[in-house]
Amino acid sequence: MLEGFGILSLTIWVPIVAGVLVLLAGGDDRRADGVRALALTGAILGFVVALPLWFGFDRTAPALQFVERLPWIPAYDIEYYLGVDGISMPFVLLNSLTTVLVVLAGWVVIQHKVAQYMAAFLIQSGILNGVFAAVDGILFYVFFEAMLIPLYLIIGVWGGPKRIYAAIKFFLYTLLGSLLMLVAVLYLYKQSGSFDIFVWHRTPLALSAQMLLFVAFFFAFAVKVPMWPVHTWLPDAHTEAPTGGSVVLAAITLKVGAYGFVRFVLPIVPDAAQELDWLMIALSLVAIVYIGLVALVQTDMKRLIAYSSIAHMGFVTLGFFIFNPLGIEGGLVQMISHGFVSGALFLCVGVLYDRLHSRQIADYGGVANSMPRFAAFMMLFAMANAGLPGTSGFVGEFLVILGTVQVNFWWALTAGLTLVLGAAYTLWMYKRVIFGPVARPEVAALADLDGREFLVLLILALAVLALGLYPQPLMEVMHASVEHLLDHVAVSKLTY
Amino acid sequence: MQTMPSTLPPFTLTPALPELVLLVTACTILLVEAWATRGERRPEALARPRAAGYVLALLGLLTAAGLTLFVGWGQSVRAFGGLFVDDPFADLLKFVTYAAAIVAVIYSRQYLAERGLMRGEYFALLLFAVLGMLVMISAAHLLSLYLGLELLSLALYALVAFRRDDAVAVEAAMKYFVLGALASGLLLYGMSLMYGLTGTLELAAMAESLASGVKNPVVLAFAVVFLVAGVGFKLGTAPFHMWVPDVYHGAPTAVTLFIGSAPKLAAFAFVMRLLVDGLQPAVADWQQMLAVMAVLSLALGNLAAIMQDNLKRMLAYSTIAHMGFLLLGVLTAEVEGYGAALYYVVVYVLMSLGAFGLILHLAREGHEADAIDDYKGLNARAPWLAALMGIMMLSMSGLPPFVGFWAKLAVLEVLVAAGWTWLAVLAVLFSLIGAYYYLRVVWRMYFDPPHSLEPPVTGQARALLSVNGLAVLALGIVPQPLIALCLQAMRATYG
Repeated sequence: MLEGFGILSLTIWVPIVAGVLVLLAGGDDRRADGVRALALTGAILGFVVALPLWFGFDRTAPALQFVERLPWIPAYDIEYYLGVDGISMPFVLLNSLTTVLVVLAGWVVIQHKVAQYMAAFLIQSGILNGVFAAVDGILFYVFFEAMLIPLYLIIGVWGGPKRIYAAIKFFLYTLLGSLLMLVAVLYLYKQSGSFDIFVWHRTPLALSAQMLLFVAFFFAFAVKVPMWPVHTWLPDAHTEAPTGGSVVLAAITLKVGAYGFVRFVLPIVPDAAQELDWLMIALSLVAIVYIGLVALVQTDMKRLIAYSSIAHMGFVTLGFFIFNPLGIEGGLVQMISHGFVSGALFLCVGVLYDRLHSRQIADYGGVANSMPRFAAFMMLFAMANAGLPGTSGFVGEFLVILGTVQVNFWWALTAGLTLVLGAAYTLWMYKRVIFGPVARPEVAALADLDGREFLVLLILALAVLALGLYPQPLMEVMHASVEHLLDHVAVSKLTY
Repeated sequence: MQTMPSTLPPFTLTPALPELVLLVTACTILLVEAWATRGERRPEALARPRAAGYVLALLGLLTAAGLTLFVGWGQSVRAFGGLFVDDPFADLLKFVTYAAAIVAVIYSRQYLAERGLMRGEYFALLLFAVLGMLVMISAAHLLSLYLGLELLSLALYALVAFRRDDAVAVEAAMKYFVLGALASGLLLYGMSLMYGLTGTLELAAMAESLASGVKNPVVLAFAVVFLVAGVGFKLGTAPFHMWVPDVYHGAPTAVTLFIGSAPKLAAFAFVMRLLVDGLQPAVADWQQMLAVMAVLSLALGNLAAIMQDNLKRMLAYSTIAHMGFLLLGVLTAEVEGYGAALYYVVVYVLMSLGAFGLILHLAREGHEADAIDDYKGLNARAPWLAALMGIMMLSMSGLPPFVGFWAKLAVLEVLVAAGWTWLAVLAVLFSLIGAYYYLRVVWRMYFDPPHSLEPPVTGQARALLSVNGLAVLALGIVPQPLIALCLQAMRATYG
């Protein structure tokens, strides 16, 4: 497959090289403007080189596309092996787009070590593209772990008052999971003689081995998703991270965990996944309902959105572990949608925080009076978060619930509670912040969105609406791969 | 089965040319030093930096490196009537030893000069230590193995106490010496038991004799226990690690840098020669002991490192953990495992040189820069140095894309392949604990505000340090060459 050769490499290396250039260019903050322009160029370039993935993608083929395969460490059969299918390709695009928005979002706020900030995001973006594009198990692992480093620095250097605690907690929590996965990956290599993930999909495994592998992968991915009860790092990390960091965390990093479930757990250990589906479904439902209730009582906007992220990701894992096409596609659409919506909500909080330096809901009230345009945008995103039809938030949740009803009515009913809870916590927060009497004189003096902020939110608003009104193109991309995946999951590996 | 090296007539000197060059250089340095300071009694004059030793030491090491590289690289020969072996494993290890010694010498130059330690004796002792390592690496006989070990150890005791007026350093040297002597006693006792069992001191013959059956397995078990205890002491693995933190902490940083680098290679050679060359048939005995030592080292090293406020001491405990990891590769008792362990130790030396080199670089007269708090806000004062230190710390904790990750991966891979999956799980869990204290250094440098905004006064080895740091990154992105080199050397020797 020589056609399109190198595109995936470009999506990985263009942002990383741009990040290194930014680091080299901006030793101190006096050249900050040039650094910002350079970073933006790099981010846009990174997005542009990813576009052929969408336009050149063969929607009928379930197989890997844009494959690149070179020997990397022949001593251990490790390859530089990249490729995307319908499941991973949209995430590369989502990530590349998010990077542009994040660079824009940090344009004015970050005045301190600008070059390092921008470089961290650019390098992070390249690494994340690598996570989604890697087909070699070790290559995946390298990207999977390497992404912790820039995010650790982003939270720790530019975060809020409790940033060091949050950064360390984030790092160690996620490292715990991934280290166990490393042993699992090596075990799979021993069993199959290859690090090719798709060879592992066909490797027969005893049930006991599958169970252990499931546990190892579960820790790696459940922590990232994050699933209840290993979610506690997320509210801290989200709350303390700078706006851009929260956006990347919510929009992309969480998706890596869910992506891991589809790429590794379901096809590699299908029998264990079937055996333990009750556990995954139970944890997902707890996340949806209990975390939804927790979100309701938050007084900090970022914390509230963080908890709402956990609840929404519960939908994703629920969709994956009911083993039907509606569930999996719904989960995937929900991931993309949540990427836009949660990113947008964090940006909205960022807009307010930049002006008043407070994330407390109680410090606001009546913002609509001084910031009408902002209020309109935030209304859209709040509605999308609550799952209003016509927005992207509806599509994924609806598909998952539809898929769940086919399996078990009571699960579906419990999951459906989210439509109530989600609306409650999101709209209640919206009401307290945006409407009501003007709380403080500072709020009355707020300036509405400037052109840059307007542009960022506009892009996200268009994406949310487009995905909500016409999700067909995205579902087309995913469909063949999802069908293929489910065929695979349905076949037991024990009888091979 | 081991490939048999060809045997040379007893008095052929060619295989030992590098050793001879170093011996001559070391003696020359002593003579030059005695000549240059003859009749001088005033301490301030004696403390004046004298560069002759520095230059001669570098020249000697470079010549030895050239000789190893160009004379008989990659061949297996046995010489001096079975006392000495020169095989691909020895060639590679010796070459890395010279490289580490050269880098250590260059890093320490300014530090030594500022503290009045830039004297010929320092370099002569250093070269004797290197000579001891080379003899250990090439030992084919318990006698030469022990001689090399003692030459190395005695030179190191003296180096640790090189700053005679520093009570901490002298205490460390004392502790090192007493425990070292005890360990040597254990080793010798084990060796004598082995001699009683097999009737030979030659390692290959010993292995043959053991393979043909042992009359008294209890005595063999006792002998192996004593030998492994000696090995454990020299490597600095728990429960024989007690000297490591004190010596690392107490010694002048330049000496710590040296002790933390090249001697680890020799200690690894010691393990290989003794356990694999000599005691391969008793593998079932030592494998279990190594497993216990490895787990203890990983646990103790990583847990104790968390509590340290002193960077040198923290790195000392981290060394214990690293050596435990190294043993994991050896205890698989397979060629691939030895290759992984060799790769691990080479990578460890590269990282250790970088980390201690940076401490040296930031140290100046009256300020050792060895407290972790000294690194607060380093990113604001010297971003490049902070980045280099960050690379070293992240690499030591085993995070990709740095080379430390591949070293850990190589060991874990053979461990899982050999069926020791539970050990691999334990090892990664302790790595998680390890990540915390390495990250703590990163957070001091990046997250905490600096004491002052002035750029730190630093040494002159910046370019070499940069190369060192970038090598850790580059070898992490393109790991194949070094891995292949190590695996090939091991396959050629033990395949």
